[in-house]
Amino acid sequence: MAEILVLVDHVDGNVRKTTNELLTIARRLGEPSAVYIGSGDAPADALKKFGAEKVYVVDDADIKGYLVAPKAEALAQLVEKTAPGAVLISSSAEGKEIAGRLAIKTNSGVITDAVDVQAGPVTTQSVFGGAYTVQAKVTQGTPIITVKPNAAAPEEVAGAGAVEAFAATISDAAKGAQIVNSQPRQSTGRPELTEAAIVVAGGRGTGGDFSAVDALADSLGAAVGASRAAVDSGWKPHAFQVGQTGKTVSPQLYVAAGISGAIQHRAGMQTSKTIVAINKDEEAPIFELVDFGVVGDLHTVLPALTAEITSRKG
Amino acid sequence: MNIVVCVKYVPDATADQRFESDNTVDRVAVDGLLSELDEYAVEQALQIAEKNEGSEVTAVCIGPAQAEAAVRKALQMGADKGIHVLDDAIAGSDAVATSLILAEAVKKAGPADIVVTGMASTDGGMSVVPAMLAERLGLPQVTFASVVETQGDQIRAKRDGDTATEIIGATLPVVLSVTDQTGEARYPSFKGIMAAKKKPVETVSLGDLGIDAGQVGLSVAWTAVEDTTARPPRTAGEIVTDADGSGASALAGFLASKKFI
Repeated sequence: MAEILVLVDHVDGNVRKTTNELLTIARRLGEPSAVYIGSGDAPADALKKFGAEKVYVVDDADIKGYLVAPKAEALAQLVEKTAPGAVLISSSAEGKEIAGRLAIKTNSGVITDAVDVQAGPVTTQSVFGGAYTVQAKVTQGTPIITVKPNAAAPEEVAGAGAVEAFAATISDAAKGAQIVNSQPRQSTGRPELTEAAIVVAGGRGTGGDFSAVDALADSLGAAVGASRAAVDSGWKPHAFQVGQTGKTVSPQLYVAAGISGAIQHRAGMQTSKTIVAINKDEEAPIFELVDFGVVGDLHTVLPALTAEITSRKG
Repeated sequence: MNIVVCVKYVPDATADQRFESDNTVDRVAVDGLLSELDEYAVEQALQIAEKNEGSEVTAVCIGPAQAEAAVRKALQMGADKGIHVLDDAIAGSDAVATSLILAEAVKKAGPADIVVTGMASTDGGMSVVPAMLAERLGLPQVTFASVVETQGDQIRAKRDGDTATEIIGATLPVVLSVTDQTGEARYPSFKGIMAAKKKPVETVSLGDLGIDAGQVGLSVAWTAVEDTTARPPRTAGEIVTDADGSGASALAGFLASKKFI
């Protein structure tokens, strides 16, 4: 069976959940090999728990301070060495850029934002703001596929997890864009927006007061999101934005509070499994999408809902 | 400074977007316009040009005849000239081929100091072309910039990643992609609209760019769309009106029935 390379998405060696999802998908396609670009001991145990047969380790001491290009170069060399059946990468901004460069370097086709990948590999994407789904495949070179969070439920399957160091040769040309400064995003104590099983998002209707949104999110163990209107008003940082120019989320449950549901917002949340909305305006387009909607003031509905959830928990 | 800004003509996202029988995006029968996300690129290109006297901004576009509208819009906003790559053989090109054509079109605009693009298109939305363009042109990429500053031949940009906010620095020339956080794009003034009519737009074919038609288009694309399916309309959900506080308990009941609480 062909190796399937999975680029490990991690923060200082802490493997992100999306990587476990990629390893699970890789198992459908062949033998999962994790590619860890980082410093220190590779998180081999975490990776083999989700089925990594091999763990290639690329020491990033020399390339950590540069944007995207060196990672693509290292990965291209590994593709040449291993001739994998496919390369799977998380669909983050950086992941997609690595995929794009890798495609040019290896003369391969690239597919981004897959919400599902099956044997073939055949991918499924959601396009035009979720109005269409598309099945596609790569027909040239090594299929390079970026996969969105929550595309698969991670399955624990023990892999061999054999660690193998890989010495990549990085060109000076790849070191053109330097990361001068990096401020890790401060943890909110809530799940990461794109990974969360439940998202509670607020919009213009909050009037800038997100306390009810935040409280509901915490009672549900959810991430907090915001519409572009709320972000543009300065009520939440851009990292919270759900929509075309923010994050795309696909949680089990999406709660839209005071969000009208413009096409740009829908593009970021339409593939959520269950959608509920609270909005004063019964004509709001968001109600066309919902499984359950409440026409009412979020400032009274949300606190009452939070109280009810808390009391049900006992 | 020689600044090239890449603009895409896209189907209007608020209109009915659809596919043709060959699974390509219908770009002809559907109303199109300059991609909103590329307006931010044009704006940043113009701002950099305004700070660097003697700069020239060229808007580059690939697409069918109607796509010239995207170039014209950029010219109305203030770009100096346009290049429109128009060739029947281009239809159905994927991102890999698009980046090839774009790279050659950018070279045609002369050695660029900065190539500016939007963060994504509003139709395909892959966000990979800027990185591919940098790869093909052999330039550093300064991408997903939410704040851009240039000084002499240095560029600094703020990039909001998933897990960190970074400051990226590079020496020109670079490929720069900008997000909608960089600031409102200007509206064309009446004067700008009139002036744009006299600005030159060069229409070029693949041959003019030295690209073999066999390298691009649907039949040689490195990815193939096998099937497209319109999403079934969501079955109408239950809508309740919150009278006397009943809304929250009805919603709680729904969430409990779905095992969320």
